[in-house]
Amino acid sequence: MAAITTSPGSSHDEIDPNVSYLDAKKGIMNWLITLDHKRIGVMYLISVTLAFTLGGIFALLVRAELWSRGPTLMNADTYNRMFSLHGVVMVFLFIIPSIPAAMGNIILPIQLGTKDVAFPRLNLFSLYIFWFGACFGLYSMINGGVDTGWTFYTPYSSSDPARGGVGSPAAVIPMTLAAFIMGFSSILTGVNFIATVHKMRAPGLTWRRLTLFSWSLYATSIIQVLATPVLAITLLLLTMERFLGLGIFDPHLGGDPVLFQHFFWFYSHPAVYIMIVPGMGVTSEIIAAFSRREPVGYMAIAMSSLGLALLGFLVWGHHLFVAGMSEYATMVFSALTFLVAIPSGVKVFNWVATLYKGSISLQSPMLWGLSFLFLFTIGGLTGLFLGMLAVDVHLHDTYFVVAHFHYVMVGGTVMGFVGGLHYWWPKFTGKMYDEGWARVGWFFVFIGFNLTFLPQFIMGSRGMPRRYYDYLEMFEPFHKASTIGSWLIGFGFIVLAIMFIRSLLGGKPAPRNPWGAASLEWMTPTPPPTYNFLEGKEPVLTRGQYDYHLATDDELYEGYDDPLFPGYGKKPEAAKPAPKKTEEKKADEKKADEKKEEKE
Amino acid sequence: MTFFLEPVTPESENWQLPPTMADTAPPIDTAYVFIFWFSVFFFVAITLSSLYFIWKYKRVKGVKSEPTGHFNKLEIFWTVTPTIFIVGLFHVGFTGYIKNATAAEGATEIRIRAKKWTWEAEYPGGQRLPLKYDPAIPSGLHLEKGKPYKMIISSEDVLHSFFIPEFRMKRDAVPGQYSFISFTPTVAGMAHVFCAEYCGTDHSAMLGTVFVEEPAEHKKFLDDLDKPPPGLTPEQWGAKLFIANGCPTCHGPDGTGQINGAKSPGPRLAGLYMKAGGEMMSTGTAVTPDENYIRESILRPNAKTVMGYTTVTMPPFVFKDPQVDALIAYVKSLK
Repeated sequence: MAAITTSPGSSHDEIDPNVSYLDAKKGIMNWLITLDHKRIGVMYLISVTLAFTLGGIFALLVRAELWSRGPTLMNADTYNRMFSLHGVVMVFLFIIPSIPAAMGNIILPIQLGTKDVAFPRLNLFSLYIFWFGACFGLYSMINGGVDTGWTFYTPYSSSDPARGGVGSPAAVIPMTLAAFIMGFSSILTGVNFIATVHKMRAPGLTWRRLTLFSWSLYATSIIQVLATPVLAITLLLLTMERFLGLGIFDPHLGGDPVLFQHFFWFYSHPAVYIMIVPGMGVTSEIIAAFSRREPVGYMAIAMSSLGLALLGFLVWGHHLFVAGMSEYATMVFSALTFLVAIPSGVKVFNWVATLYKGSISLQSPMLWGLSFLFLFTIGGLTGLFLGMLAVDVHLHDTYFVVAHFHYVMVGGTVMGFVGGLHYWWPKFTGKMYDEGWARVGWFFVFIGFNLTFLPQFIMGSRGMPRRYYDYLEMFEPFHKASTIGSWLIGFGFIVLAIMFIRSLLGGKPAPRNPWGAASLEWMTPTPPPTYNFLEGKEPVLTRGQYDYHLATDDELYEGYDDPLFPGYGKKPEAAKPAPKKTEEKKADEKKADEKKEEKE
Repeated sequence: MTFFLEPVTPESENWQLPPTMADTAPPIDTAYVFIFWFSVFFFVAITLSSLYFIWKYKRVKGVKSEPTGHFNKLEIFWTVTPTIFIVGLFHVGFTGYIKNATAAEGATEIRIRAKKWTWEAEYPGGQRLPLKYDPAIPSGLHLEKGKPYKMIISSEDVLHSFFIPEFRMKRDAVPGQYSFISFTPTVAGMAHVFCAEYCGTDHSAMLGTVFVEEPAEHKKFLDDLDKPPPGLTPEQWGAKLFIANGCPTCHGPDGTGQINGAKSPGPRLAGLYMKAGGEMMSTGTAVTPDENYIRESILRPNAKTVMGYTTVTMPPFVFKDPQVDALIAYVKSLK
């Protein structure tokens, strides 16, 4: 490996390469100026988890308001702000950075067998941009938030009543600026990941040996780099119209409101794949690990991620079927939209085929992985309803759409995110969690999710429009069921939060490879050292990362006493003087790891 | 708290869909039912095979998984088969859509105007009714069963979307543009109008009622529109029509001929009736401003032009006789 990276510590002579990244240099300042991709990832993880909690509280308030007809908890204006903030927070602060920036940051370089991402300083800068953008979002929320929906449709969003306009009186500008700024974070992370995948792979790690998670992040990064600038331009134009009265989208100023929808969805439809493709990547990892089998159609799954990334750019028009496009345009967009079904279907079929003749264990990460499979299938198939032109005219902007994208975004991405959190938690923290409570939490989230969103399909088909503060009597039973479901989801996540906190405080130490998985992140100590692999043990790949039949028993060793790295992770000063310790350790490792060494 | 009288719709045939009340619904329902069973089939197949594999290949100590081989034929099979299916799905969806996109010959045009947070329909006779049903005043979208209609939809402020679930029809109301939907109601009864595009505070209260009526019933509705609303004298009705049709814009409030102290674009109407010396025309002759003169001025306004008011041309108005009578009664009452 060429030394492209700079050192992941602020000053590298102080870092002991044989100490875990959590113990390397303690103290909050050392975290804030770290260049270690794992620490940056952990800080992202904490941020997106807070955002998820906030967005979840908004969602529970929305559902609680809809428990009964008429005002239940709040007035119409407050309700409109609640559902808008739920959308904005979940999309821009949680789902887009969730898997790529948080988990991808930690796992991608390890799965590539390298010590860091290609541009560690840029990586830290992305995190700060994200936080800077989030501050604008919080500022907007403190000033009452927005009531435009997360889509910011013009002219409602861009026409300021303070200037005699017809639109929203809310704090729209800070919120659009928040999304604008966070977009740069997304772009820079994308650039970083693309460079890392291209230039930083370990010797022997050919493109065909990339994990499917790495492939999915690679595809996602391409979308982030190509699509996000369009969002930035669009939101900037919106801000200029609202702030300066420049006529771009508002017909009263000579603009075209549908133009905004074209611009917006040209980003936001590919963004749907920024959200779902990494979830697919996590699911591929989990299904492979818990079936102990290379995913069937590895190349097909990898290429379908790229296929989704490219097709995602061609289908934005299906959000405008009833907005006044010509019949020919709608025809073309409908046909292109159906093409998306092919790579999605290929993935699902391959996952199912991977289970066949596997060695399947239903530990908690696998429960989330299988939930993804089950719920994403529903989300995907209901997408076909909406791709069919005639049916879309009826279902557009109803609860059917709400249910459909929640099955994809929550049933897909959130299942992938939480599944990945369970799967990699031991690697991130060095602690195990309580499997029993993990299953209880999963059960409530899974049941609650279906109870929340299945009734919304029927409600939508029967004509209930979305974003309604009040509803007609005929929809009442559906709304009641949906609200009860939301409570079950909330309860499930509280169980999971307590379980993870207990694990942090007093969980059993995690072994190197608790699940017996064959990919690279499990071949390094838990938690990994700052440079991901111990000095002199940088990986050279002689097998693929899913080659369970080629992996040795040592590699898949299940147990707490790790024969590969005895004595790893103790601080040098805690035992003997550092240099001596390192040498000793090296000798020990050599003995214990003879098999692997021979191979290399 | 909803002040909206909920329409009572006919029974629905499919538990997932609202009742079918227009010719636009069956093609959409066919497509819906088709894709529904298609999805059920694939969902059941995927779920059952997953569950079977999970049960059958449960991890057993000492039993290893079978290494994955290459299954190129299988990959091609499950790439090509869905491709064929989606061509079929696209076809069903597209034909249904195109069938509904074309208006029938001789469709009656009704203008649908949206503004925060009300719908208004303008009938071919020029009458404007709010779509939110209120038994006290003429209101709602009244359509004749079996007659083709074309809605010309527009918005005054922000985006709205005109949605009648029983017709399976929806179209955005975009400010600065017109959009269109066409249909022929096929079943008599009531149907819903919703606003389907988020438009601010009272988005969820932007509702309306459709009345699909038998021809005789619909004719009675149209005739009643031309009669004074119950409880109003012709003069009072005329005053309402005067305002509703925008007359004060040119003739001044109460026909005073003054707007904010300046001369209005149209001549003064107060005291016009049987004015001593008649009204002086641009041709230099005076006419007697009697009932016939007022009637002519409303229906064919440019037959005679008042002296000093030649720069602005008044558009002709379409009124039924009872409305013209009411307007004349109102003008006569202005002093």
